[in-house]
Amino acid sequence: MEKGKEPVYAIECKGITKTFGSVVANDHIDLNVKQGEILALLGENGSGKTTLMNMLSGIYHPDEGSIFVKGEEALINSPTDATSFGIGMIHQHFKLVEVFTAAQNIVLGTKEKLESPKVMKEKIDAICNKFGLEVDSDKKVYDMSVSEKQTVEILKVLYRGARILILDEPTAVLTPQETEKLFAILRKMKEQGNAVIIITHKLNEVLEISDRVTILRKGQSIETVVTAECDVNSLTELMVGRAVSLEIDRPEVEKKEAILKCVDLTIDSSDGTRGIEDVSFEIRTGEILGIAGVAGSGQKELCEGIAGLLKVKQGAILYNKENIVGKTPLEIISLGISMSFVPEDRLGMGLVASMGMTDNMLLKSYKKGKGPFIRRKPAKKLASELIKKLSIVTPGIETPVRLMSGGNVQKVLLGREIESSPNVLITAYPVRGLDINSSYMIYNLLNEQKKKNVAVIYVGEDLDVLLELCDNIMVLCHGKITGIVNAKKATKEELGILMTGGSTKGVTKVE
Amino acid sequence: MDFGMIIAFIAASITSGTPILFGTLGEIVTEKVGHLNLGVEGMMAIGAFAGFMAGYTTDSFLIAILVAFAAGALAALIYGILTITFMANQNVTGLTLTIFGVGLANFCGHFARKTLEVESLKLPEKITDQMRAINIPGLSDIPVIGPLLFSYNPFVYLGIITAILLAFYFNRTKRGLNVRAIGENPAAADAAGIKVTKWKYINVCLGGGICGIGGAFTIMIINKGVWISDCVNGLGWISVALVIFASWNPKKAIFGSFIFGALRQLKYYVPSSIGIPGAIYDMLPYIITTIVLIMASVRNSKKNAQPASCGVNYFREER
Repeated sequence: MEKGKEPVYAIECKGITKTFGSVVANDHIDLNVKQGEILALLGENGSGKTTLMNMLSGIYHPDEGSIFVKGEEALINSPTDATSFGIGMIHQHFKLVEVFTAAQNIVLGTKEKLESPKVMKEKIDAICNKFGLEVDSDKKVYDMSVSEKQTVEILKVLYRGARILILDEPTAVLTPQETEKLFAILRKMKEQGNAVIIITHKLNEVLEISDRVTILRKGQSIETVVTAECDVNSLTELMVGRAVSLEIDRPEVEKKEAILKCVDLTIDSSDGTRGIEDVSFEIRTGEILGIAGVAGSGQKELCEGIAGLLKVKQGAILYNKENIVGKTPLEIISLGISMSFVPEDRLGMGLVASMGMTDNMLLKSYKKGKGPFIRRKPAKKLASELIKKLSIVTPGIETPVRLMSGGNVQKVLLGREIESSPNVLITAYPVRGLDINSSYMIYNLLNEQKKKNVAVIYVGEDLDVLLELCDNIMVLCHGKITGIVNAKKATKEELGILMTGGSTKGVTKVE
Repeated sequence: MDFGMIIAFIAASITSGTPILFGTLGEIVTEKVGHLNLGVEGMMAIGAFAGFMAGYTTDSFLIAILVAFAAGALAALIYGILTITFMANQNVTGLTLTIFGVGLANFCGHFARKTLEVESLKLPEKITDQMRAINIPGLSDIPVIGPLLFSYNPFVYLGIITAILLAFYFNRTKRGLNVRAIGENPAAADAAGIKVTKWKYINVCLGGGICGIGGAFTIMIINKGVWISDCVNGLGWISVALVIFASWNPKKAIFGSFIFGALRQLKYYVPSSIGIPGAIYDMLPYIITTIVLIMASVRNSKKNAQPASCGVNYFREER
């Protein structure tokens, strides 16, 4: 091709390779974006999406390959370099200083001198008007909702004059309405000739927002396709490498009995703020109750309250008509209530990161042994059984769990809880950050428990999954129940409205 | 206690709180970039010896102060290299620096006395004159205001000016904003293009230098220019606690250190007829420190909290 006819890309990567120790995170990846285009980057966990984007934003440095910005080779060695090339990244975990105001966060690290708050506000407002953003520049970040924080992140890169925007899983923590708003902003950026790269797990969002999709698999760029020519199935196939059924089962269980009932439950969270307030609901055996809500709406407090980890301020938790409020976590476990909570950092609760699988199994069973010594044999056996049953990938059962990948760690946690054959299984975010394959395995595990007449509480983020997997969905907003709906009849939009505390009119309620 | 005594007590408290003020300011500067340096005591000791010897050999008060600062900064640099570059545990490194610094200062003092073959190391007259309270003709003679505002040694003024400058630096300048961002969330600062490592080093060393000046105070003023071992005597530890009392605010550190100064001076001003044993007075600063730490852990506001990343080393490529 002649030089002049070649399209000039806003950004182009050629043969990017990056290794961490012996792990090849990126293996000769090619990728390009034009100005005025939205490119979606799709791939399973560990396929190298975030690594690649971190190289564009100067956090990592590629071992091999080159990056071209507007047709010219660019050496990006630091975030400052990336900024000077007009590349701005909105990270999955926000990089904001909590105690600063929005305005302080936005001007942080820029070269000009510190302006008075008024001048800063005017400058920020000008950008807001251009792209249809809304922000209170004097508000402290710790007072902000997730969506507001994201707006500040976007403003931060726009303030630095970014023309190429990279968003790493921006919708993971947003309600459907907030996602719509974000997409409107992205479209506006596209209209004004900016290039946008968006990383996401959610296929329907890819189809909605992007012009083209680049698919990564195991660190390699598999293909780049035009979005209009794709559907969910073809994208999944490209991503996983084979055809995958995207149906989630919802088996029907005949005999349902009420087993756990919460009455007017009020629980304070550990930092003293109100966690949940006057929450009443009931769960039956052979049922999956979904809990939806924006992050931090009281899900954690509810789970920990039932498990006996947080003090119940008011109300009762009736388990088989017996009030379990005030019982110790150990007593609650022995009653057959089991909780597996996967926090944002994935390892924070339930497993000891530097212990191997055997020792982690022992954590839950050592009390049953007689005498002062522990017996490792049964735990070892259990660990090897789990490895086989859940196809857990680990170098060995004594390998510290922190060295295992996120999905495998979650399988260990959930597997251990299920092995104790509970009557009530509380799982919070069990598929957090997991790719399609591992997620479906977890859904199947939960369904198996349901068929065994276990009452399952599933706290989730992905509304599509909640709607497909659960029988009923309870929506929390600021610690209060805004609605309990029948998952077969409810829609995503209705859940979204409930999540933000909107009116419940017209929503199919459970009798 | 008559009125003149009260004035004298306040003036003595302010003087007595000054070394703690330096220690506190130094530690605030360090913690603002997310590094908890428990080596304040050691850096003060090293600053004390270096400042003392510089004064001893050059007869210049100014050089003594500069050398004390440089020595404190150098001691902090050891801590910086270990924790910033090599990611060593901050608590252990700081504690080690305290043990090392106090021991080094004692050893060097002993060594100097033996080598110079003198009974005791004493600063020459010329320099002790410069350390005395500054007498400003006219101003110092005004009743009440004179002794309260214009009757101090140069350290006191230097300490207060340092505190005000630091408050301005952290709250009013762009650089201060950037530095605070490092202490709160180094990853955010890094992504915003701030040179995290560079500013961590600068602040850690600056903090160490300020502690060093506080050390020079202990030997030049408290011990009146005569070298003794263990001259810092726990003031560094009180400073670390005072950082929490001052909620990481240099201006509040001024008042906090003067309150602790008052506690240290109390025994000389309460009439002995009341009959409280002297040991109680010696205990007071430490008891108050304990109470302050308990109160600080109960009070839990985001506004006056420790920089969020304090104590945690930052590694950019951490996954």
